[in-house]
Amino acid sequence: MGAIIEIDHLSKQYDSGTKALDDVSLSISEGEIIALLGPNGAGKTTLISVICGLVVPTGGTVRVGGHDIRTDWRAARKLIGLVPQEIALEPFEKVINCVRFTRGLYGMPPDDAYIERILRALSLWDKRDAATRELSGGMKRRVLIAKALSHQPKVLFLDEPTAGVDVALRREMWEVVGELRREGVTIILTTHYLEEAEEMADRVGVIARGRLLLVRPTAELMGEFGKKTLTIELDAPLAAIPADLATRDLSLSADGRQLAFDYDTRAERTGIARLLGDLAARGITVRDVSTRQSSLEEVFLSLVSENAA
Amino acid sequence: MTGINWRGVGAIFHHEMTRFFRTIWQSLASPVLSTVLYFVVFGAAIGGRIQSVEGVEYGAFIVPGLMMLTILQQAVSNASFGIYFPKFSGTIYEYLVSPVGWIEVTLGFVGAAAAKAVLIALVILLTSFAFVGVHILHPFWMLAFLILSALGFSLLGFIIGLWAKSFEQLQIVPMMVIMPLVFLGGAFYSASMLPPFWEGVAKLNPVLYLISGFRWSFFGLADVPVGVSLVAVAIMIVMCMAVIRWIFATGWRLRE
Repeated sequence: MGAIIEIDHLSKQYDSGTKALDDVSLSISEGEIIALLGPNGAGKTTLISVICGLVVPTGGTVRVGGHDIRTDWRAARKLIGLVPQEIALEPFEKVINCVRFTRGLYGMPPDDAYIERILRALSLWDKRDAATRELSGGMKRRVLIAKALSHQPKVLFLDEPTAGVDVALRREMWEVVGELRREGVTIILTTHYLEEAEEMADRVGVIARGRLLLVRPTAELMGEFGKKTLTIELDAPLAAIPADLATRDLSLSADGRQLAFDYDTRAERTGIARLLGDLAARGITVRDVSTRQSSLEEVFLSLVSENAA
Repeated sequence: MTGINWRGVGAIFHHEMTRFFRTIWQSLASPVLSTVLYFVVFGAAIGGRIQSVEGVEYGAFIVPGLMMLTILQQAVSNASFGIYFPKFSGTIYEYLVSPVGWIEVTLGFVGAAAAKAVLIALVILLTSFAFVGVHILHPFWMLAFLILSALGFSLLGFIIGLWAKSFEQLQIVPMMVIMPLVFLGGAFYSASMLPPFWEGVAKLNPVLYLISGFRWSFFGLADVPVGVSLVAVAIMIVMCMAVIRWIFATGWRLRE
């Protein structure tokens, strides 16, 4: 599949001097789902906003379907649907009219059969004549998705689609995204949730301080994030790691009272049971064990510091 | 894709008109009631003492002024609210990410605001028939002035809506600037009734040219030449369009 979005050396600097985007380059293939991960203020929403036309970049170019977003903006925008982070709907308007309006705004002829199909797919058909202010938060978010899909876009941006929604609704959102994937829509989503990226995305991009630190296939990145550390507190201090256990991924604390063992949670065998058995066989008494997984934020911080170095 | 996205214009226009028709009775009741009050106060109470202005019965003389007052108020308030409300509710993003530019957004919002103002002004005219006998000398020019004035002030209202950051700001320009200009623009009197100095001052008021031209279309009477009135409206429309184009090009108060 060819690239549907080509971002080349994109930057955005505000008058205050803040660099919201710093030399970002990225190519996204047609039909791909890419998740942009990053802490608050990392630049995820700014990146989406620039591509969609809400924020004017200070440098670089973006092409959507081969159309430059600044010089050929009409053609570029026709291909894009945006579900914003904040719920913004006309409170007194009926659901169906909101969706029809967006379709018209994109220059598409009326097609009530298509609108019925998307409202049904999003479980909104029964609410089509309700004013949007009467809907729950989850329903409103679905209306935003229906509006974004009303003109049959090739690229859909979902900015924090599951922020503030309950677990059940999050599942439903994932199902909707799955449907869109099957229809060949390219999806770019931003999220704080690693689980969300894992569930939906083909690739994950990590953004921090306006820089795109890495873009990797999800499976590859999850392998890294999936690592945990088992800390074993010993009854008596050890002078050194026993020679026959040295090949394991073990490290000993300075006081000799703690052994740390890195393992992969997604591996078929973690090696924990075998290690504990081996220690017992050598007469090394274990007082306590605890496990710890690096948080996403820690991964970001380490990536940022690596990048700065 | 080049050229104007007419379906986009239609979507905005339809959306705005739907809002108007959703509250049609409230939209009409207030201006009709105000007109009746103006006729009672200015026509019956004061008009009884003035009798006629330049040969026209006073009750009939104020009809063009009342219609113009309505046009200006309605055009400014409808257009300013129309664009301010999406800014307030956050739905403005839709206009900024969709394939509509300044021309489509302006045509949609301003066209709808002007259409509403013209509709209400025509209802005012019908209401006035119940109080006074009004003969329209140049019906075509009456409609032309009505529509051009509605467009000019809808454009001004649109700029106010783009500029406003709060509902207070949305109210302040119509209250502090437009209402005084209308009242001092000869809505209820002829500028020729003023002393020469104040007549000269009144002619600095752009609204005087609109009301004068509009009154000419009714009675053939004008404070300033009709051609000057038309040029004044045209200048206003062109200037407002240039400002709106600049706002959308720079993203001032719209984009980051």
